[in-house]
Amino acid sequence: MTDRTAGGIARPAHHRSLWDRLRINRNWLGFWFMAPAGLILVMFLAYPLGKGVWLSFTDAKIGRDGAFIGLENYEWLGWPWWSDKDGVFWLSVFNTLVYTIVASVVKFVVGLYLALLLNQHIPFKAMVRSIVLIPFVVPTVLSAIAFWWIYDSQFSIISWSLRQMGLIDYNINFLGDPNNARASLIFANIWRGVPFIAITLLAGLQTVSPSLYEAATLDGASKWQIFRHITFPLLTPIIAVVMTFSVLFTFTDFQLVWAMTRGGPVNSTHLMATLSYQRAILAGNLGEGAAIATAMVPFLLFAIMVSWFGLQRRKWQQGGNDD
Amino acid sequence: MTEAAVQNRAALSDTTEGMAYLETLPKRLVSVYLPLFVIMVVLIFPFYWMVLTSIKPDEQLIDMDTYNPFWVVSPTLKHINKLLFESNYPIWLWNTMYVSVAATILSLFASVLAAYAIVRIRYRGAQWVGAAIFLAYLVPPSILFIPLATIIQWYGLFDSPLSLILVYPTILIPFSAWLLMGYFKTIPYELEECALIDGASRWQILTKIILPLAIPGIISASIFSLTLCWNEFIYALTFLSSTQNKTVPVAIVSEFVDGDIYRWGSLMAGALVGSLPLVILYSFFVEHYVSAMTGAVKE
Repeated sequence: MTDRTAGGIARPAHHRSLWDRLRINRNWLGFWFMAPAGLILVMFLAYPLGKGVWLSFTDAKIGRDGAFIGLENYEWLGWPWWSDKDGVFWLSVFNTLVYTIVASVVKFVVGLYLALLLNQHIPFKAMVRSIVLIPFVVPTVLSAIAFWWIYDSQFSIISWSLRQMGLIDYNINFLGDPNNARASLIFANIWRGVPFIAITLLAGLQTVSPSLYEAATLDGASKWQIFRHITFPLLTPIIAVVMTFSVLFTFTDFQLVWAMTRGGPVNSTHLMATLSYQRAILAGNLGEGAAIATAMVPFLLFAIMVSWFGLQRRKWQQGGNDD
Repeated sequence: MTEAAVQNRAALSDTTEGMAYLETLPKRLVSVYLPLFVIMVVLIFPFYWMVLTSIKPDEQLIDMDTYNPFWVVSPTLKHINKLLFESNYPIWLWNTMYVSVAATILSLFASVLAAYAIVRIRYRGAQWVGAAIFLAYLVPPSILFIPLATIIQWYGLFDSPLSLILVYPTILIPFSAWLLMGYFKTIPYELEECALIDGASRWQILTKIILPLAIPGIISASIFSLTLCWNEFIYALTFLSSTQNKTVPVAIVSEFVDGDIYRWGSLMAGALVGSLPLVILYSFFVEHYVSAMTGAVKE
């Protein structure tokens, strides 16, 4: 690729002072332009990331710097798993995995389906889209509060409707029973996540040229064949990126669970994030909480790898070079 | 009949998606409109329920047999009134707005500079910095809040909105920079070359040429940033402790929740008033948002 920067054009021919070099040299200029973003990201992102790992090896408490204690926090949490005393940590890992896998799969399927529907020619397009975006726009905690009310044990509108229809004769205990609570939270998460996936995939669908569909229709392709052999392959790169984000943010979800159940009943809906908040901030054991948070990192790395390969694929598919 | 008329008119005016005529109306009704309608009802219902509850008088809230719960008879503004004039809600709302706007401005400033440098100055290692910024977007707040709490404490920013203004950009900068990089790449390079030959500095090029052309991108980035700030919970919950400093999401969860059976009215009113600014903002910009996403995706 040819060098298309014009840094060389602006370079004056006469002798350059240090000030000129700081002002005009491309690398220095880049440095100045990057400085605000870089400073913030290093101070409040990279440094805490490292510090979090360090904290997980110390016995720090709130208001007290900890000393290095090796792997004691991890052992205390139940590492290796057969020496786990109370089982809460592994329960939270289990919950997090179930929550992430079920919610992501459903979000993907419904989101893709919704995107395909929205890509059809429909009346009132703008209004339909803004309605679809509402769950994404309403702040999560506030919609979680609305769900809390919908899931109320006495006055739930769902229980009421089902009772009116004669399907049940008791009120469903949505958030009081462990499995019901998990299912309710997963549903709320799906509800919250579908619009983002649908709208992003819709944006992807709109980049697919209609002439491909016309050609396929002329060749007699069925709807399923069109989806399977045109839409889906062209959408794969975007799906990879969107699902990475979705999996990542579902895995590290905190607010939905905290607003609705705070990990209860009896720890049955604790995710790793909520458990680490409870241990670190409420109980004051920063080290232990940091160990739980650090245990999430391998999963995040896995998701990032998937995204990386998704992005790589996008470039060669479009015939671009690796820059 | 009206639907058929709408459909007809749409078919006449539409020339781009010409294949819709291949399907008959009854078939479309089953394969498109019905599923779309069902999904939309599910998506809108919790919000509808929030609105409805916040204007329902108390006795209708818990008496579901006399009154149809899906509707409201003689709506009341009591809950919203109580919220706005008898609680700290206006302060929380102000805190949320102030923090969101300040963090958005700060991160837009930083990401415009960073995106421009990565795309156009192309200093040594720019590609790697670009990739690193993308990766920064993948670091979730849930694994950062514990160390950040100690760092914030150490900087002496605990329980101060300033801590949030400084921390939120770590979420916002990666996304905005990524979006803006896509936008900047679409601006013809020749414009910049002309300006350089005419003796403009990089700063002048950025402010006088690039920024005016990238306004759509900047609008999407700022809307998205505002939403993320408004939505943010775990940092605000961890860093802020006094009632006066809380943001709406944190205050709703910690200050409003008590055992009162009638609390739902004011809780829902609080949730509604807290969401309304964003809902209004988005209803104006939804088409813009979709096209911005298209731009980012195409890139």
